[in-house]
Amino acid sequence: MAEKRLMTGNEAVALGAYHAGVTFASAYPGTPSTEILESFSKLEGVYAEWAPNEKVALEAAIGACLGGVRSLAAMKHVGLNVAADPWFTAPYIGVSGGLVLVDADDPEMHSSQNEQDNRYYAKAAKVPMLEPADSQEAYDLIREAYEMSERFDTIVMFRMTTRVCHSRGLVEAREPGMHVPVPYEKDEVKRVMIPGHARLRHPVMVDRLAEMEEFANEFPYQRREMGEGDAVVVTSGVAYQYAREAFPGVSILKLAMTNPLPRKLISEFCEQFKQVYVVEELEPYLEESVAALGLWPRGKESIPRTGELNVDNVRDAFPELAKGNPSRGHGAHVEGLPARPPILCAGCPHRGIMYSLARQKAIIAGDIGCYTLSVLPPLSAHDCQVCMGASITMGHGIEKALEIASGESEEEGFSSHRVVSVLGDSTFFHSGVTGLMEMAYNRGRFTVVILDNRTTAMTGFQDHPGTGTTLQKEPTITVDIEMLARSLGIENVRVVDPYDLEECLAALQEEMNRDAPSVVISRRACVLRDKTLERIPYEVIGEECNECGLCMRIACPALVKRGDEIKILADTCTGCSVCAQVCKREAIMKSRSES
Amino acid sequence: MYGEATRSVVLAGVGGQGTITAANLLANALVAHGYDVKTSEVHGMAQRGGSVISMVRFGESVASPLVPLGEAEALIATELLETLRNLEYLVPGGKVIGSRTRVDPLPVLQGAVEYPADAEQRITELAPDSIIVDAAGIAAECGDARAANTVLLGILSPLLPVPEDEWLAVIDKLVPKKALEANRQAFLAGRELGGE
Repeated sequence: MAEKRLMTGNEAVALGAYHAGVTFASAYPGTPSTEILESFSKLEGVYAEWAPNEKVALEAAIGACLGGVRSLAAMKHVGLNVAADPWFTAPYIGVSGGLVLVDADDPEMHSSQNEQDNRYYAKAAKVPMLEPADSQEAYDLIREAYEMSERFDTIVMFRMTTRVCHSRGLVEAREPGMHVPVPYEKDEVKRVMIPGHARLRHPVMVDRLAEMEEFANEFPYQRREMGEGDAVVVTSGVAYQYAREAFPGVSILKLAMTNPLPRKLISEFCEQFKQVYVVEELEPYLEESVAALGLWPRGKESIPRTGELNVDNVRDAFPELAKGNPSRGHGAHVEGLPARPPILCAGCPHRGIMYSLARQKAIIAGDIGCYTLSVLPPLSAHDCQVCMGASITMGHGIEKALEIASGESEEEGFSSHRVVSVLGDSTFFHSGVTGLMEMAYNRGRFTVVILDNRTTAMTGFQDHPGTGTTLQKEPTITVDIEMLARSLGIENVRVVDPYDLEECLAALQEEMNRDAPSVVISRRACVLRDKTLERIPYEVIGEECNECGLCMRIACPALVKRGDEIKILADTCTGCSVCAQVCKREAIMKSRSES
Repeated sequence: MYGEATRSVVLAGVGGQGTITAANLLANALVAHGYDVKTSEVHGMAQRGGSVISMVRFGESVASPLVPLGEAEALIATELLETLRNLEYLVPGGKVIGSRTRVDPLPVLQGAVEYPADAEQRITELAPDSIIVDAAGIAAECGDARAANTVLLGILSPLLPVPEDEWLAVIDKLVPKKALEANRQAFLAGRELGGE
């Protein structure tokens, strides 16, 4: 039938889920998974939502599945850490409608703080796992995942990686299926995991693992590609594509279902060959099991364990397999070029407040969002950062430690530091609220700065509980951050305009010197979304400027220093005026040439 | 052209220059002509003024969505520094189709390092088969400076087996109405420069 269409892996998963009859999907945005929900939400007759975080998304999807419909939760790899609590018990209670968690790992950390390999989550939770290798497989296998979920009465992990999520390939869709909602039936022994019930359910999961392995041995998407020679490559996911291209003519066992691993299939196929190779990204997940079968595979001693794979590094790892496709040299590799790091945009509302913060003697516990870029010089306005929401809680711990240490030590330096935690609005709703409760309840006395730019900017402007609109852009409630903070017992809550440096500095100094917890909300819409700005550029008045370079410290891409001369790029400047406020000589003024 | 089943083009630029949109036009033109096509790009941090790279591969059956080093027959680049940075994707003797545009990265804006002043000269030395034009200027003459990428696609187009009417049909289908005429003109202006 159908014409083939170019689709990203994310789009293909959304369409495949839709054609599997999925009607409920929940997610928190996170690169590289964000577009799954964005494209699913545009399909007809479905319910899709942005949840405040991944744990909420997964729990809502579990609920929807118990309510009888096929449901989906999507998240990036680190999101599953947040959702790990429901993740490990979901397989105990089973499903009513099918339930799939789409997980998007980020080898190479294109947009992440770590490159954990989430395949171990599937193994640890005894959950079946599928790994698509391109967009067509993303479409086909997500449909299989729902069949599998209902057949084995369990949540399924659908494990993708950045290269599968964000590559486009041709997809041929099949006839859409239908899912008839399952009528609700109470079954508390199966679904209420008190110890007595859970002890009944865990052995069921162990038995099911054996059944699923039988299934994996016969699963038609496990592909045996017979080639020439006495070597075989075992692989899965996008690594298959690199192996296939790097090693033309070599036999390949390409696995689509990788938990439980089809041990019989692997043994029987691989025993025909003299040498087994395993090509996989990140951890030696397949390799460990292949080795346990006594097949003595070659793998991670040559294949990189960090970063992404590609045809080049796969070929270099095992040149003896690449005789059919040797490297033939390439264009010039030019050394010493200036790097092009990502930066805060011209007019970014984070700039004014982060610049003001950088001028305080403070330990800045940071968080995850565009503002993390302020760690780079010259702003250098972050001291630590680990995961979503950790700014407030780490700040709390640092403050307590300084208190303890200053009580025990005569040395200077312990009591002279102030702690400030910084996080964005979406991150605050994701996992900052409990941290704020920690600070209030346990008598922290530091300052929390919430950068409220009215959107989830880093991942591409998704709505959240503070924007007043849903994923489908329908009006809804707006969570009031001020009232929320006050309701936790924090008395000192104020709002500042990050384009007003004097106000920012005064507010920070006052709150940081207070012997009580405080919240400063720095509120201004993301400059990429703000339609109210006049956008009249500023210019440097040559005769007034003494090239002191103070304005360069705000790290604005509209300000350029050529030789000693400082200029403002009129096309880039948004007229936020922060540089003009920094200038001590009034040498930066609103451009008069603009009408 | 190079006797390989899979052919590759790399597109490079800076966030906001429309590199991904251009890759999408190219990919769809190749699909319309009947090829298997894969593309690759990275979202996320790249949106904040970082380097952007898109890859388009086509042939009978494409495996890797990433172009191996030395396998791109053409590098389309909207910025000189990014052109230099990605030359290694080119097959020896491959073609650079570049724009004479300079976008200073932060370390250069800050005066910490120098932008390579001889960037264009180095490109033509390292990749003798180069066409470097003022793509934004040409696009502006066609009605929209933002169609610079479409000019470069036009220059590339005679090297590919996709006929002109198929290209224009894809542009008609994918470019928003407001920018359509400028993009059609930009493509045709580029195609003329490319030798057809």
